[in-house]
Parts: sequence; C-alpha cells; structure tokens
Amino acid sequence: MRYAAPTTIDEARDLLAADGDAVVFAGATDVVPQVRAGRPEPSMVIDLKKIDRLMSVSLDGDTWQVGAAAPSSALTANAAFAADFPGLTEAAGLIGSDQIQNRSSLGGNLCNASPAADSVPALVVNDAVAVIAGADGERRVPVADVVTGPGQTSLAHDEIVVCFELARPAAGTSDAYLRLIPRTEMDIAVVGAGVRLTLDGDGTVSAASVALGAVAPTVVRVPAAEAALVGSSLDDDALAAAAAAASDACNPIDDKRGTINYRRQVAGVLTRRAAGIAADRIRTRNGQNGAS
Amino acid sequence: MSRTHVNCEVNGDAVDFLTEDGESLLNALRDELGLIGAKEGCGTGDCGACSVIMDGRLQCACLIFAPEADGAAITTCEGLASADELHPLQQCFLEGAALQCGICTPGFLIAAKALLDENPDPTETEVRYALAGNLCRCTGYDKIVRSVLEAAVQIRTPA
Repeated sequence: MRYAAPTTIDEARDLLAADGDAVVFAGATDVVPQVRAGRPEPSMVIDLKKIDRLMSVSLDGDTWQVGAAAPSSALTANAAFAADFPGLTEAAGLIGSDQIQNRSSLGGNLCNASPAADSVPALVVNDAVAVIAGADGERRVPVADVVTGPGQTSLAHDEIVVCFELARPAAGTSDAYLRLIPRTEMDIAVVGAGVRLTLDGDGTVSAASVALGAVAPTVVRVPAAEAALVGSSLDDDALAAAAAAASDACNPIDDKRGTINYRRQVAGVLTRRAAGIAADRIRTRNGQNGAS
Repeated sequence: MSRTHVNCEVNGDAVDFLTEDGESLLNALRDELGLIGAKEGCGTGDCGACSVIMDGRLQCACLIFAPEADGAAITTCEGLASADELHPLQQCFLEGAALQCGICTPGFLIAAKALLDENPDPTETEVRYALAGNLCRCTGYDKIVRSVLEAAVQIRTPA
C-alpha cells in the first residue's frame, strides 16, 4: 500500500484517476476497520487532510463552507457554526469518542455511505449541497443525492467531495437531531431523526424538513411528516400525524440493534421530539432577540 | 510495499524512522521507536488503548497511518513523567488503584491529559464523556474517574 498526501485537489484527483484501487481518506475511521475486517487493502491511501480547502470551516457571505475532511471537533468547537446549525453540530458530535471526533469528517461520514450515518439526516434537512471535484471541474449535488445504497455513492471513482455548502438559516429557523442507541456513547444509530423548522411570528410552522437515518438503505426524507407540521402550531394532533408519517416512511431491517417494528416506532417518537427541540430553539432565540 | 521516511517530534524529542506506508502509527511507535506504552486493543478505534495526542488532538494511533506523522508533534504516555517525578495523573492512578491489569492505563492517562489540557476543572460527567472512548475490561471506571478528578485538583493547586 502506498500513502500519498497531496496538497491540492487537482493532485489528489490525478492520483485517484491514475489508480482504480486507490481510496481517499480523512480520518480513516472507516477505512482502517474495513481493511481489518477483511476488505481488500487499497493499493494507495490518499490523505486529504493536507488540502486547505478540505479542512477549513468558514462563513462566506450567507453560506457556510465546511471542508469535507474537517474533523467533527472543528464543528463542535465552532460556536458560530453551532449557533446556526445546532442539530447538525449535535449529529457530528455524536460520531464516536473524542479520539474519533478528532478524525471523523462529514465527507467521510457521507461517502462511507452507511445507512446509519449520523450527520447525513442533519445535512439533508438543512439542504446541504456537496461540492464535488471531478475531471470536468466542480459540480454541486444535494447531499440527499450522493448516497445510492449501503456503501454506494453516485460519485465517479475519480471524484472527491471537497466541501459542503450550507445556507445560513432564515429567521425563525432551527434544527435538531436525535438518535437512539442502546447506550449513552459510542454506538451505531438504531434510528436517527433530523428535523428543521421555520416558525412565523405567531408560532405557526411555515416550513419543515424531516429526514430519518438507519431505517432504510439510504436516508429517508419524509414529505408527509413535513406536510403534517406545516401550517400547524405543533399541537398534539400535528405532532402525532408527523410521527405516524415518519413511522410509515421507514423501510428498516431487523438486526441485533432493533427489530423492524421497534425502528418504526422509535422513528416516530424521535421525529416528534426533534421537532419539539427545534421549535424550542427558535422560541429561545426569538426570546433572546426580543429581550435585547 | 512502499516505504516512507518520517521526521516528527515524540515527547519533545526529534525522531525519525522508516516505515511501510500502510503501517499504523501505533506499530511505528512500538516497533520502530520502542515506545510500548500505547497498546493495541481492538485496532479499529473503539477501545482507546492506543490513544496518543498528535498536534494537540487526542487520537487513536491505530487509525493513523505512520506517514501521517511526518512533521507532527506526538505525546505518548511515556512523555507524561518528568525525569524523577510522575505526572499527577500517574501518581493519582497509583494512589487511587485506578488500574488492575494495566493494558488500558496508558490510553486512559493520555485521554485524561487531553481533557485536563482543555478543561482543568471538569465535572464527573465531563470526565466520563471524555473517557468514553477508552474501555477497561477490568471494569475499574469509578476509580479511574475519581483519580482523574483528584489529579485535576492537584494540577490546579500545586502543593
């Protein structure tokens, strides 16, 4: 196996294009365990952490640019980013221990294409766009369109996710992410639920995004749950309808982490709770603004 | 098999070694540099026995390809004690009986150091979360947590 540490995107792409068995990595938190579990060793590992643009987290006008290889800890330590995207920050911060947080990345979490990836539902509800570098330059793809199945993405072999673009949330907007695991830390989601809400001045939901993880081969967006929330004041009937829609949208597997019925049930519960947290965040922020 | 010449700083000393590209930093530390404090428990980033601090960040050395260390500054548990004095964490682990078999101890010490470097006055909950990436199969967590809290006090208020 060869190790390469290019300092430019073009150099990384050229290395990848020249070797069909090469892989790119940021933290190697998936690549190394997969090889140890018996997956064939790649011919070359291409370290993306020396490329500045892939490591930076910056606000450009009203758009956050999050480098695909930036460690999760760079997000959780960024107070301005966490204020704009508390749910996405929580999701990134749930991935593994502190040791893993210092290596795991949003780009890796997406491209590893695990159905249970914690950050992906939170990226999806925030309409994150993946900037992908390929032979013909860069293209921009909604994060929801990157993963096509477990371990499968729509990226060509010589394409690299460079960064994620996230528009700053509109006024009255916030997000939340909840996941269920059997213990407090260090486990893989049984179900994950991301919700983003926009509330208008009188507390009515004017926009809603709901996405679920670990309940289908890819992350599931739930338009029926969104429709149940929009126009409501998050009353019990609306929340119950959103929860039922989330349960219905699941297409889960039975495994040691949870049965199909359990996952369906939990998806509804987490959707309802995450909606409540997102709404509380909006109200708290509005209250702070009103007081100042 | 491709080999890379790595120059880095380990526990304050400039070192260099030759490594196969696919080798882990953990194996390079142990086999090339003779620093056998960091241990391989799982080899997949789950147990924390191989924890090191690289460029100020706590990481699992089993997940780091050795060539990544070129130009980096690394702290292992061997770098905690000064010439004739144990680090307060080490002393508190000893006095608090915070180890049984000892395999996990170097990783716990390094993870605890990374925590106290950032947060000199952690709560018990903060200590437990910060050590969540370190597994002890002798189930000595309570003594470990208490020893880290005691070390934090000693570091904040030197005798």
